[in-house]
Amino acid sequence: MPAAIVNLAYLLASVLFIFALKGMSHPRTAVRGNLLGAAGMLLAVVVTVLDRRIVSFEIIVAGLVAGSAIGAVLALKIHMTAMPQMVALLNGFGGAASALVAGAALVEALHMGAAMDMQFKVSTALSGLIGGVTFLGSLVAFGKLQELITGAAVVFPGRHVLNAVVAAANVALCAAVVIRPEELLFYWALLAASCVLGVLATIGIGGADMPVVISLLNSYSGLAACATGFVLQNNMLIIAGSLVGASGIILTQIMCKAMNRSLANVLFGGFGAQAVAKGDDVYKGKVKAASAEEIAMVLANARRVAIVPGYGMAVSQAQHAVRALQQLLEQRGAEVFFAIHPVAGRMPGHMNVLLAEADVPYEALKEMDEANPLFPQTDVSIVIGANDVVNPLARTDPKSPIAGMPILDVDRSRTVVVIKRSLSPGFAGIPNPLFAADNTLMFFSDGQKAVNDIIQAVKEI
Amino acid sequence: MELFVTTLTIFVLAIFVGFEVITKVPPTLHTPLMSGSNAISGITLVGAVLSAGTQHTTLTTVLGFLAVVFATINVVGGFLVTHRMLEMFRRK
Repeated sequence: MPAAIVNLAYLLASVLFIFALKGMSHPRTAVRGNLLGAAGMLLAVVVTVLDRRIVSFEIIVAGLVAGSAIGAVLALKIHMTAMPQMVALLNGFGGAASALVAGAALVEALHMGAAMDMQFKVSTALSGLIGGVTFLGSLVAFGKLQELITGAAVVFPGRHVLNAVVAAANVALCAAVVIRPEELLFYWALLAASCVLGVLATIGIGGADMPVVISLLNSYSGLAACATGFVLQNNMLIIAGSLVGASGIILTQIMCKAMNRSLANVLFGGFGAQAVAKGDDVYKGKVKAASAEEIAMVLANARRVAIVPGYGMAVSQAQHAVRALQQLLEQRGAEVFFAIHPVAGRMPGHMNVLLAEADVPYEALKEMDEANPLFPQTDVSIVIGANDVVNPLARTDPKSPIAGMPILDVDRSRTVVVIKRSLSPGFAGIPNPLFAADNTLMFFSDGQKAVNDIIQAVKEI
Repeated sequence: MELFVTTLTIFVLAIFVGFEVITKVPPTLHTPLMSGSNAISGITLVGAVLSAGTQHTTLTTVLGFLAVVFATINVVGGFLVTHRMLEMFRRK
């Protein structure tokens, strides 16, 4: 196939990728967008397979079949609650593929005795670096989310020094690849060093900061593809990679802003490893534990109810119970909305996906800026499995670790019901005065069981 | 050098397109956005297919094969799981 036709097909694929992301601007158009993206990908692969430089198809077909089978099984079997792990894993595979392709291109250039220009050498080094960091960084994030390794921030003395040394080694190896590309060993050493950097960069980050990490790795997987595009002089890779890179960067920014923390603080702060503060003086004698029947009595007269989900809802798989409660209250004439904090859960939009799985219409899902003005006119706010994102200390205590973080102002609603197993602190390790507030009822129980008990009690009224 | 500038131009413009398009995505769809964009970053599959199929050396073939597997998992898994999620948002 003539090169011009191939490149035109690549251009068409690039346009389809842009349409794919554009489709994501509304749930109605998103399905079609995703299909357009998949069509673009199919077109790009088919055109490439027909390239006349290809002498044998067996290896390609074997790889495509194996990859498709693994990918399809993963995609169809995965529970919606495990979506953050899934995305982390896919990010990692993308990064690994880019690093391997750049390595193959380098080997090929050496074999053919081709002249290597600066662009080729620099972008090969960058593909290896970003690809390796993305691969192992994503695997660590996956391990944390899947609870194969501790979800807490792993901090040890001298970690900043070690990080700096490993980062410097990576820079040095990048330079070595650029100066002496004929020494293949430098490239393999760079891959190894970048993998170590990937581990060190993610191991010190605690579970609740995972939304930032996954967004950032998402961006890296795009940038790795981009660097590979520079290696291969392929504009489609560059366009697709930049789109993904931009997407990840935007999500990273949104997540950091929603926590009122800088990216540097998230990456190097070791947040979530500090000693947990005792809340005795905050809670003593002020916490009111309530039964399902008492909560049902409050809900019976409520005209507007807010449901505020957090990671605890995902852990106890309570999304279907929550949906049933919403329907029950709506049948009784109440207006029910869901207030979703941007960093609730373990990845951007995590809560929304779970609620969509349970058939909650997306119109009922309110962002923080929409929800906050509604709380003062809300009769009951039900907080399920959320803690730091509803902690009023963020507004009132400038010394608090979460000072200035935008929160959901549930404390301004008439009554607050908090469903939680215990008074244990959230990720920030601080007590939450909301639990001791005059208008708060605590329901100590597993999330799913608690919601089902409340449903039962409301039905019996 | 001239070629590099052209490539760089495409890179910079594509980043701007990305920023413009992505900022319009509502928070509700952020998870499918991540998995979907992730699938798109599997475009490196194209490079992998070339390495696996041209068979210059055994090493490039092995690297290419591994890259095809990884990238295909990324592409197929990404688009499919995104589709699954988006279907849930669409149904009423």
